[in-house]
Amino acid sequence: MTITVDGISKRFGKFQALDNVSLDIPEGKLTALLGPSGSGKTTLLRIIAGLESADNGQIAFSGQDVTNLHVRDRNIGFVFQHYALFRHMTVAENIAFGLNALPRKQRPPKAKIQKRVSELLEMIQLPHLAQRFPAQLSGGQKQRVALARSIATRPKVLLLDEPFGALDAKVRKDLRRWLRNLHDEFHFTSLFVTHDQEEALELSDQVVVMSQGHVEQVNEPTELYARPDSRFVFDFLGQVNVLSGEVKHGTLSQGNAWVTVPGIQHQGDAQLYLRPHEVRLATAPSPRANLPLRIEAVSLIGSEVRVELRPEGWESEGSDNIWEVGISHAEFNQQRPVRGDLRYAVPEVGHLFTGTGARPATVGWAEAEQTPNIRLIN
Amino acid sequence: MNNSQSSRHRRVGDSPVVKWLLTGLAITVATALLIVPLLVIFYEALGAGWGTLADNLLDQYTLHAIGLTLFVAALTVPLNLVFGTALAWLVTRFRFPGRKLLITLIDIPFAVSPVVAGLLYLLLYGRNGWIGGWLAGHDVQLMFSWPGIVMVTVFVTCPFVARELIPLMQQQGSEEEEAGVVLGASGWRIFRTITLPNIKWALIYGVVLTNARAVGEFGAVSVVSGNIRGQTNTLPLHVELLYQDYNIVGAFTSASLLAGIAVFTLAVKGFVEWRQARTLNRLQTEEIAQ
Amino acid sequence: MSTAHQASAAPQQRWPRIGNRSKRVLPGFGLSLGISLLFISLILMLPLTGLVMEVSAMSFDQFWFVITDPRVVASYKVTGFAALTASLFNGIAGLLLAWVLVRYEFPGKRLIDAVIDLPFALPTAVAGIVLATLFAENGWYGQWLSKLGIEVAFTPVGIVVAMAFTSLPFVVRTVQPVLEELAPEDEEAAVSMGASDGLVFRRVIFPALWPALLTGVALSFTRSLGEFGAVIFIAGNMPYVSEVTSLMIFIRLQEYDYAAASAIASVILLVSLVMLFAITLWQARYLKRVEGR
Repeated sequence: MTITVDGISKRFGKFQALDNVSLDIPEGKLTALLGPSGSGKTTLLRIIAGLESADNGQIAFSGQDVTNLHVRDRNIGFVFQHYALFRHMTVAENIAFGLNALPRKQRPPKAKIQKRVSELLEMIQLPHLAQRFPAQLSGGQKQRVALARSIATRPKVLLLDEPFGALDAKVRKDLRRWLRNLHDEFHFTSLFVTHDQEEALELSDQVVVMSQGHVEQVNEPTELYARPDSRFVFDFLGQVNVLSGEVKHGTLSQGNAWVTVPGIQHQGDAQLYLRPHEVRLATAPSPRANLPLRIEAVSLIGSEVRVELRPEGWESEGSDNIWEVGISHAEFNQQRPVRGDLRYAVPEVGHLFTGTGARPATVGWAEAEQTPNIRLIN
Repeated sequence: MNNSQSSRHRRVGDSPVVKWLLTGLAITVATALLIVPLLVIFYEALGAGWGTLADNLLDQYTLHAIGLTLFVAALTVPLNLVFGTALAWLVTRFRFPGRKLLITLIDIPFAVSPVVAGLLYLLLYGRNGWIGGWLAGHDVQLMFSWPGIVMVTVFVTCPFVARELIPLMQQQGSEEEEAGVVLGASGWRIFRTITLPNIKWALIYGVVLTNARAVGEFGAVSVVSGNIRGQTNTLPLHVELLYQDYNIVGAFTSASLLAGIAVFTLAVKGFVEWRQARTLNRLQTEEIAQ
Repeated sequence: MSTAHQASAAPQQRWPRIGNRSKRVLPGFGLSLGISLLFISLILMLPLTGLVMEVSAMSFDQFWFVITDPRVVASYKVTGFAALTASLFNGIAGLLLAWVLVRYEFPGKRLIDAVIDLPFALPTAVAGIVLATLFAENGWYGQWLSKLGIEVAFTPVGIVVAMAFTSLPFVVRTVQPVLEELAPEDEEAAVSMGASDGLVFRRVIFPALWPALLTGVALSFTRSLGEFGAVIFIAGNMPYVSEVTSLMIFIRLQEYDYAAASAIASVILLVSLVMLFAITLWQARYLKRVEGR
């Protein structure tokens, strides 16, 4: 079942939660609604579910208008952020609730309901907890029960509001994998809300980035990360290093820092965005850039070494005037960077924003330079 | 080691002198103002022995007063139960203009003098009132008769159920009910299987408190009842009549029945609070265990 | 891709507002609104209009004459003064009880906590005869007090006693939760800086407590203004000395002077309603300030 969101607006008093949002959510895919708090993602999810009504616009499931259909009749599964398990019912009773609530004609006989409940308990790997009450479960267990409850009536659409928001890191990772498997097995159209970019990128087939009631960008996770459409998406999806300056005759410069921008015709103000992995560190300026930075901190984070550097003789825009560069352990062992050392950043791929709202131009140096770059350091 | 707790939390008023002084003072105040008066009711009722107590209880006017009082409560409590539940559902499950005003309006019976409450009904439904006058033309008399007593009792006790439910339902939120709707349950099913079990104890206490106040209302009822012995005399009015007749033991006998209901009410309240505290404790210890 | 989609949809108004749009998700809005409004109009608002009509039928001179009758004015003074004294007494006694119940452990604590609500559950007439009996000249309390030269029964002091009894729970029950919520860290911080207990109470605890205390005292005062059942048994009801305003209304009613009763009732009703709304507004403002911080 596809979900079509067309021109949805919603206002709470003076606050414009959603402003003319349109979206297509493909059938059988796991889609993430990603955004900071207040971006309207939860409101959009609740409007799709029918828990909230929009001021304007239309919601359609597989082309059929459901805008005025009551949530009860939309046949969706919904997982609430805080689970909303019925606290005085056992786990089994919780899961059976939707089946027992079916109109008499559609309601399966008791034995069938019981069978379905034990299937679901099997699936969430909690058959031994059937007679427990929600208060006696851990967060991760509650979340699984909430999921089982929501899919008991075999909905075509599964909506999840911050499904892992209240769980600790380890449980979160396990549940994520589990949800992914579940989705691959059953192929409902799933849509989940999250503010965690890592979760969105890791779990989903498609990410919808939202900000201030607008959709910023929709794309597959890998594409989204590699080619953000806007400064907002760039900033929101992880660490970014910025050089803000003026382009003149193919060179972007600020203070004593400069970068050649081959293939760019624009003259005037511009910002170059670089991901930590799109930058190398060298001990001397290269022909393509002069970006002197002094090392502030070196930290080993799992499989990667993170180097934090402060611009020397120029200023970075954004977070604390710090650049972040990721290097491999091999490079780390070779270079032995220490706090206080002076290094020069050498960009590999960059994204140049000119003017407001425009998409960035991708800047590549490798083809532009005749001589292959000097990979030798030290 | 044994005073580890006090050394962990050094709080104001922890010194033994202050502690025992204040505790002693509080126990004295509570005993003198609350416990002794409660005991005196039963003491006075038994002042002339068990035989007199039985005689007083079986007096025909007393029996009639008991019957009327129970009858009034039996009508009042269900009415206010429905109203209180509906109002609590309305103001805790929906947002709409005028919601806060409704919550304030419901407190009016708390603030109004019971005599004024009785007067309000007398003016409207009495023989000279604009509804009462019309009704009198159709040979219907509400005031100085049991319907009037029921009406003012409903007025005086209408906030209690709602007042017990509103804070609890506000705190519980409506996510569980929303989950019920998403799962396709009908309105009645949601209320019966999701909401009701969650508010059961507060509802019970609200009902018991409503009952206690309905049984014991004096000021408002005395305005509209006409105090006709054996006809419109409720138990509290009967207490007053006996007291003014200098039948002190008789007055305290009837009073002890009412005091018994009050003690029962307090016991129910204690039980409900104990249950809530127990659930809370269990949740907390389980959270710690995890 | 979505930005293009959004742009194309923007100028169109294909889906105008439909009346059904503001439907509510949870069931029972109409039903509960219907029951609540019916009840509030019939039980609360309609009777109030009856009083308004009765009073507006009087001329202003008549009205003024009735409500400024010397005996009635004396009853205002007695009622107001007694209610004020009773609520101030409750402010102190209630704070003491709340403090002891929250801070200390002692045998009988549960019993005392339970019995605090007795005045709410006990019929006022019963309270009245018990207090009258206890404080009578030959009663358990009265005989000792009369030796000290204090007469309670059949004096304004008796009114204060009755009012204090019936409204004691208000202060305890509003102060208690606030005391429970106080963070021990605040006190510890102050104590660790060398402040004395008295200073910490004045500077740290009392400032957090007084809004609840004031609310409790105001509720106690409002309730006392209207108290009738408990008062009339102990007050002696002597004109100009120990008659409360509620009783004045009652007396006018027994004289079948409905107009005069209504006029006096409108005065005390107005005062009660103003008190009620003032407390509600003040509480809302106070809560906003505390939670907004």
